[in-house]
Amino acid sequence: MTTRKKITVTINGEAVTREVEPRTLLVHFIREDANLTGTHIGCDTTSCGACTVHLNGSAVKSCTVFAVQADGQSVDTVEGLANGAELHPLQEGFWEKHGLQCGYCTPGMMMTAKEFLARNPDPTEEEIRWGISGNLCRCTGYNKIVEAILYAAEKLRESGKEAAV
Amino acid sequence: MTHLDDSVQTMHSVPEGSSAQVETTEEIRITTPENVCGMGHRMKRKEDPRFIRGQGRYVDDVKLPGMLYMDIVRSPYAHAKILNIDASEALAMDGVVAVITGKDLEAAGGLHWMPTLMSDTQMVLPIEKVVYFAQEVCAVIATERYIAADAIEKVYVEYDPLDAVVDPFEAMKDKVIVRDDKEKKTNHIWHWEAGDKEATDKVFADATTVVKEKMHIPRIHVSSIETCGMVANYDATMGKMQLYMTTQAPHAIRTVFALVSGLPEHKIQVIAPDIGGGFGGKVPVYPGYVICAVASLVTGKPVKWIEDRSENLQADSFARDYHIEAEMAADADGKITGMRVKTLADNGAADAAANPSKFPAGMYSICTGSYDMKAAHVEVDGVYTTKPPGGVAYRCSFRVTEAVHMVERMVEIMAHQLGEDPADFRKKNFIQPDQFPYKSPTGWEYDSGNYPAALDKALEMIDYRALRQEQAEKRARGELMGIGISSFTEVVGAGNSRDFDILGIKMFDSAEVRIHPTGKAIARFGTKSQGQAHETTYAQIIAEELGIPAADIEVEEGDTDTAPYGLGTYASRSTPTAGAAGVMAARKIKAKAKKIAAYLLEVGEDDLEWNMDRFQVKGSPDQHKTIQDLAFAAYTNHPHGMEAGLEATDYYDPPNMTFPFGSYICVVDIDKGTGHIKVRRFVAIDDCGNIINPMIVEGQVHGGLTQGLAPALYEEIVYDEYGQNLTGTFADYLLPTAVESPKWETGHTITPSPHHPIGAKGVGESPTVGAPPAIANAVVDALWHLGVRHLDIPITPEKVWKALRDAGVSD
Amino acid sequence: MIPGEFEYHAPSTVDEAVALLDRLGDEAKILAGGHSLVPAMRFRLAQPAHLVDINGIDDLAYLREEGDHLAIGAMTRESALEHSDLVARRYPMLADAGHVIADPLVRNRGTVGGNLAHADPANDHPAVMLAYGATLVAQGPGGRREIAVDDFFTGLFESAMAANEILVEIRVPAPGAGNGEAYEKFERKVGDYAISAAAVRLTMSGNTCTAARVGLTNVSAVPMRSAGAEAAMAGKELTEEVIEAAGQAAAGECDPSADLRGSEAYKRDVTRVLVKRAIRKAMARAQGGAA
Repeated sequence: MTTRKKITVTINGEAVTREVEPRTLLVHFIREDANLTGTHIGCDTTSCGACTVHLNGSAVKSCTVFAVQADGQSVDTVEGLANGAELHPLQEGFWEKHGLQCGYCTPGMMMTAKEFLARNPDPTEEEIRWGISGNLCRCTGYNKIVEAILYAAEKLRESGKEAAV
Repeated sequence: MTHLDDSVQTMHSVPEGSSAQVETTEEIRITTPENVCGMGHRMKRKEDPRFIRGQGRYVDDVKLPGMLYMDIVRSPYAHAKILNIDASEALAMDGVVAVITGKDLEAAGGLHWMPTLMSDTQMVLPIEKVVYFAQEVCAVIATERYIAADAIEKVYVEYDPLDAVVDPFEAMKDKVIVRDDKEKKTNHIWHWEAGDKEATDKVFADATTVVKEKMHIPRIHVSSIETCGMVANYDATMGKMQLYMTTQAPHAIRTVFALVSGLPEHKIQVIAPDIGGGFGGKVPVYPGYVICAVASLVTGKPVKWIEDRSENLQADSFARDYHIEAEMAADADGKITGMRVKTLADNGAADAAANPSKFPAGMYSICTGSYDMKAAHVEVDGVYTTKPPGGVAYRCSFRVTEAVHMVERMVEIMAHQLGEDPADFRKKNFIQPDQFPYKSPTGWEYDSGNYPAALDKALEMIDYRALRQEQAEKRARGELMGIGISSFTEVVGAGNSRDFDILGIKMFDSAEVRIHPTGKAIARFGTKSQGQAHETTYAQIIAEELGIPAADIEVEEGDTDTAPYGLGTYASRSTPTAGAAGVMAARKIKAKAKKIAAYLLEVGEDDLEWNMDRFQVKGSPDQHKTIQDLAFAAYTNHPHGMEAGLEATDYYDPPNMTFPFGSYICVVDIDKGTGHIKVRRFVAIDDCGNIINPMIVEGQVHGGLTQGLAPALYEEIVYDEYGQNLTGTFADYLLPTAVESPKWETGHTITPSPHHPIGAKGVGESPTVGAPPAIANAVVDALWHLGVRHLDIPITPEKVWKALRDAGVSD
Repeated sequence: MIPGEFEYHAPSTVDEAVALLDRLGDEAKILAGGHSLVPAMRFRLAQPAHLVDINGIDDLAYLREEGDHLAIGAMTRESALEHSDLVARRYPMLADAGHVIADPLVRNRGTVGGNLAHADPANDHPAVMLAYGATLVAQGPGGRREIAVDDFFTGLFESAMAANEILVEIRVPAPGAGNGEAYEKFERKVGDYAISAAAVRLTMSGNTCTAARVGLTNVSAVPMRSAGAEAAMAGKELTEEVIEAAGQAAAGECDPSADLRGSEAYKRDVTRVLVKRAIRKAMARAQGGAA
């Protein structure tokens, strides 16, 4: 048994402290230790993006980061997107534009889109497609995900929230 | 098991009057206001609030106190004798609770074998030998997921490798017998025929043109982003087994579990929570489920099993894998007169397809498609190989994809061969609108259709003539552009109970609708959504019938303790069967409500008429009772002698299948240097009868199109000569991203089903079925002038490159 | 898929990291972006006893021009290249690569140094850096040393670095007059390794190529330059015939293996096509200015 390490990760603004094995994947830490099951697992090869979260504001596949690497850092997950009852424009967009079906890829897709829009607040459809090319969806054929992200981009621009994303 | 050797499938008959000619329109009918949100409204999905907040509850999200974790030791060989399993080192590890082998399952009452849905048998865990790569060999149960993963490395299995047989044609030679547990020492499983052989031979003898082509519809995988998994929770005190499971068919699975395990059926509760995509891959019972349930029985604790992606791709049911030899005949007028088809179906190590029992090759005999011809004859042989078992209907109605791909490729080849425009050739050969109900030469009765209308709309939307002009100009410059059409007919909604069953259970489906005193409702169904939005569409169907706002109707599925018995969701059957059951249950409720209304309004029932959400006195609409009034009265003021309450159940047995159809047109540009295929445009016109929610239909079509693009250009499960899966991860099994997937352009025509109570047909699978041949036809169309007649899917850049270089074209 | 057990070390300086590597020897692996290593560990194809995580070393992530070169800190994330104006303006071949390495999420985590140090011929930076004639700076117990990229790749997954050395910086020669460069990659789908890819840096004088460097991706066991393609162009006017000759030289010189990405013949021919396309694009860029 290797040396367990006590780590504190700030997830959606709340500090979560646990003793973990160094090999604990960040996605398992989020799902099992922090009990936030909105972040999903879809593959073993860093291909699908279902596990996408923000690590210090950067969208990463949490199956390919160890929890110990997030010690002292901040992680944001889908559960932190909404502000209480108020949905994030991306959540609104995915609902309004039918950007999801089974819902399994959706949290990762939204977390990727959030960072993408922060970098590119007024994207073309083509840019969105490249922006989400690290996330696989098996249900939607992507058309309506693209529409959902365009919807959110417009909303965010209107409300001048780009800086806050 | 059912052996159908040498038997000829006799086709079912359809009761008269169940089909009739119907009109085609484009306008979506809306009869309810927005607050009611009945059929035709683009209602936002009722299920979405939980998903967009990450609050969906999938099987891996289920956590129970004291839960153990299971991991599976899998075979590194495709075919090998098992000499010994040494689990002592694993068992000695801290946290390891048990190791379960085939011998343990045998001792537990012969659970080491299980029946497949096709009445074949499949190993749960092997004792003598393994018959496919990544086959389950034994399972480790541990207190933590990570410990279980470590422990499977410490189980030492001694194998004696045997020759693998990967190629089904080789398998037919019976040099290596896959299933030596069977009495007959042969890999040949069954032979199946449909159509009239003699009549077909005559048509071919009289033909002026015959085209012939061999094609392979490759082995592919559904690859829902959620893999399969289970949490089994056996309560020894109450003797109750609770199974949270990734399943599309919870009720049928409960019955199978009861029959296999001997546990009483009322003590088994199957719960299918949110499912992260199914597409047919979550219909079968996989060994992992059975072992997980046994593990909970043995340990008395909840046990969780969640597959890795590589396990999912390597061991779970595949789809397709048909080797086809097809011929098409035409007369001097360019009219198709017949088809003759021989097919070898590679079933892997067990016939674990998910076809209705009497249809070992599913609906494959629908292969005359949208075309009127005199005769057809189809033969299929099933064969065992040392590959994982399966043959699931991946987002299609039981082998329709294979049939449609074949006929649409053959029509294209014939059109080119005759020098006719593929669109004009199709129109000339279509079953015409006045021919419905249409009896096909292989015995199907198509309920309704208007094929020219859908094709014309697609041609107009994409501006076909201008594209042909552009293609001619480009070809003159040496550029490669292709236009491909597919005008498919689907056959969905199994089934009628005379002809369709799974393991003897008839393929009806069910709904139970209960109206609460305040006029709100709960509706439960025997199906199970895996993303198809049943919570929304079923609510809209009932809203349409009863005028209760869809927002006031809670829809539940997937818990066998509460939902009525049904066969589940696959083969686009939910709307045709359970949706219809919902309508019929609502109509039963309406009939009772009418009696209550007559009582309250003190008039005869004949004096009442229904108006959207109320019964009103004919000629005096002010005198009325709304459905909410009537619901309240059903519990507070119902007529003396009438049973209280307002609820109804319906088990709907459809009189016939429904036959959705459509026309797709694809435009591709080909890079002469690399062989890269760019899908520039893709127009899809679908006709699924009456539309319940256009937004959801569009979503279903888009998703299906990407799943049609996938096998056309990217996805294939590949084995080496030893039977090792070379495409066992998403790094090599290539799901299209948003970049490969084009911007789909969709539209519709509406030709209602005459026999479905709301004229709907089911749509989720049409695009998966219709898209691959449109894409393949486009690629071949770009290359036909270079002498290319056919390319097997997936059409990789290398296949195109080779065809180009063979024709002397380079960059 | 769960990785095996390991001891975790998170040094905060390069010196500390080097000391750890020196002490732990072969048992240790460096964890940079981890996007090659972690999946390999999940499949238990790699089972290091110790991981030395260098993500906490702040001063290894930078992109700046210093004198005659662009200095790239080894821990610079791929996405930093992708979104850098400096790179887009002055080093378009690096920008080309920055858009096609894996996918956007992987690029957020993957590092330039890791992509090179892994010495995987399927990675994109080896060919790009070969075409640039970059210099790699490694730090070990004895301090820093410079390694010419031509000497860096010694075998499949093997580099000239010792087990106790860390790659700290990559130096890309700044573009001179007449510089033109491009990276052309062909992959099965986004996120895949290349079927083949060509990195070309030219120095043009009018239509004449005075110097050329060509790197190839995933068509050899060791990341390679195509000396034949370079020789075909050097000192010549880049006519279509010369470009074709360069492409053919590269196709003949590379040594691809058949796999799911294609047969050997296919990969050779795609290499020919991509080398030609990269040359044409590099020429166009040379003629159109720095971009």
